[in-house]
Amino acid sequence: MKIALLGNPNTGKSSIFNLLTGLRQTIGNFPGVTVEKRTGVINVSEVEHQLTDFPGVYSIYPRTKDEEVVYSALTNQQSTEHPELAIYVADASNLERNLLFFTQLYDLNIPLILVLNMWDVALKRGIEIDIEKLKNRFPDVEIITANARVGLGKNRILDAIKNWKASKRLENFIPNYKPASQDDQLKQSDEAKERFTKIRVIIRDVENENQIKLDTFSRKIDRVLLHPVFGYVIFLAILLLVFQFIFSFASIPMDFIDGLFVSLGSWFSDTLPKGMLSDLISQGIIPGIGGVLVFIPQIALLFFFISILEETGYLARVVFIMDRIMRPLGLNGKSVVPLMSSAACAIPGIMSARTIADWKERMITILVAPLMSCSARIPVYTLLISLVIPNEKILGFINLQGIVLLFLYLLGIVAAIVVSLLLKQFIGTREKGFLLLELPSYRSPRWTNVGINILEKVKVFVLDAGKIILAISIILWALATFGPSGRMEKSEKKLIQSSYYKSLSDNEKQQQLASVKLESSFIGIMGKSIEPIIKPLGFDWKIGISLITSFAAREVFVGSLATIYAVNNDSESNLKLIEKMRNEKNNQGNPVYSLASGTSLMIFYVFAMQCMATLAVVKRETQSWKWPIIQILYMGFLAYFGSFLCFQLLS
Amino acid sequence: MTRTLAQLLPGNKGKILSISSTHISAKLVELGFISGSEVEVVFRAPLKDPIAVELNGCLISLRLDEAVNILIEDENQL
Repeated sequence: MKIALLGNPNTGKSSIFNLLTGLRQTIGNFPGVTVEKRTGVINVSEVEHQLTDFPGVYSIYPRTKDEEVVYSALTNQQSTEHPELAIYVADASNLERNLLFFTQLYDLNIPLILVLNMWDVALKRGIEIDIEKLKNRFPDVEIITANARVGLGKNRILDAIKNWKASKRLENFIPNYKPASQDDQLKQSDEAKERFTKIRVIIRDVENENQIKLDTFSRKIDRVLLHPVFGYVIFLAILLLVFQFIFSFASIPMDFIDGLFVSLGSWFSDTLPKGMLSDLISQGIIPGIGGVLVFIPQIALLFFFISILEETGYLARVVFIMDRIMRPLGLNGKSVVPLMSSAACAIPGIMSARTIADWKERMITILVAPLMSCSARIPVYTLLISLVIPNEKILGFINLQGIVLLFLYLLGIVAAIVVSLLLKQFIGTREKGFLLLELPSYRSPRWTNVGINILEKVKVFVLDAGKIILAISIILWALATFGPSGRMEKSEKKLIQSSYYKSLSDNEKQQQLASVKLESSFIGIMGKSIEPIIKPLGFDWKIGISLITSFAAREVFVGSLATIYAVNNDSESNLKLIEKMRNEKNNQGNPVYSLASGTSLMIFYVFAMQCMATLAVVKRETQSWKWPIIQILYMGFLAYFGSFLCFQLLS
Repeated sequence: MTRTLAQLLPGNKGKILSISSTHISAKLVELGFISGSEVEVVFRAPLKDPIAVELNGCLISLRLDEAVNILIEDENQL
């Protein structure tokens, strides 16, 4: 049986979903749209049912893109998503508002089980509900109380599903109900008013007349967290703390994954018989998979913190205090989370922009998100900074290299602000935006919800970004392995015959061979052919090759340079690589990596859209090629002219 | 005296008279902004916008653009 899980936001719906399905859940998309669809399997006395978690909404009428699936699935009986039974989760402490959506479902003749969740909260606030009386009003609906946060109510829900029998609904709430069209505000608000008038009569009948106690605890916390000054100070402090944690702790598992895949690669190349297949596996596939997995620690850690902030109810407050600041930029208070996430990886960040109701604000958020410096840029930044920025202290205690790193992050943020301001002028408004948002009561996080959320986000990253990164790694490997016929062999022969080569050790010979091969491969030719274009930025063809390989993922830059400069590509040899790069001279005998060209390269990496996976996600999220193309063009423009200016000014 | 919800200061309470017809009137009604309900402005974001109001025991935040559509019978003036 197809069962839908429906209800208002902040009713503990996802806790009920996790309670019922545990880890037996999958995420997919609703057909035809990019709205996340969580489904799970529940077993009720040997019968398997499919439970679908719909977005939390206040009514069948959609407010955001996400919510349109609710309208189409519920009002269209032919829809493949139309449920045979719905479990409706209501917040018992606010029954009046929660019954609106419920009575709409009731009038759409959808069989219902009503779960009065947060029963304990209702009791604490002095609300008593007479379930028998409520049941008299909705005779064919099974009504259950639950407290999903502490795991209460699971068996009662399962029993209700087991005992559920199809029965005819004798009398509807509003007779002859026909839903209004999606954008008929007038008819919709008339309907809501009519329903609330009737619901109030019911509430007066089933609820006690006690004075409702307010949530003074949350109110007290809000006095601090929403404070005009402390509110921002605390938010900033939380941000700093979160990123401090991510940077200091994620590097441990990242180094481990990195090392693991390097040794895995060399194990394969040592074990497999020499040849193309061995090379493909050890140089194409394994580093490709490693390049995907290495980001998991950062992404998992970031979403660990974001989920906690969301679970406790703090994230809604961030939206509240940031909305007015973001609006002049054409953004929304809800843009803060996507932009924050993009500092780890733009892919989950762009996906979390779905919650923004206004089309224009959502587009701008998506378009500027990749300007936030993501984790793939860090290896590039670190390499270049240690190469061209002296390790000195300013004023005796401020590390110059650290300042430059901070500057690169800020540069991305400033660019995002400026670009938003420009885009705001160019993107047309489709509808007037709005921000109607419930600020839920503060509560302690549910760790299972946090865990499941992290798993989901990591899964999405691995599946969405992973396949593209892997595919491009393989293509790049092929481009770097093959060259125009005869060319590679020729330069190889030339090298072997040189007296310089004969003087080298075996290890150095191998590295030199790899370097020469790369130079005469397709990718080497590509690097050389773009040299005239990138010369004004201070880059030579070797950097050109690395820029091209960066399209798989930016951090590949480091590995490519290592191959070109014929040093072993492992973490310890970064020092060797830096040394090699420092001694690199151009035709005039000047160093290739001067302060000017090194800084220019850093600026290039701040701005350039060098992530195919992000482009693919933007295409999917915006349903058109227009936006990823705009994104790659404007970021490319920024990168080229930013680097150009920087190089010309500094040199 | 009638005012809009956007004119109330933190701590001020009022009874909702009506919701004007706008692009989000249905959304406001669905959240429980219906005539007769008591509403209190509790917080104002640092730049005076958006505001957070208490409605039926819930805290709801809305922008001033949205709050002007909610007409209030201002109890503080009576």
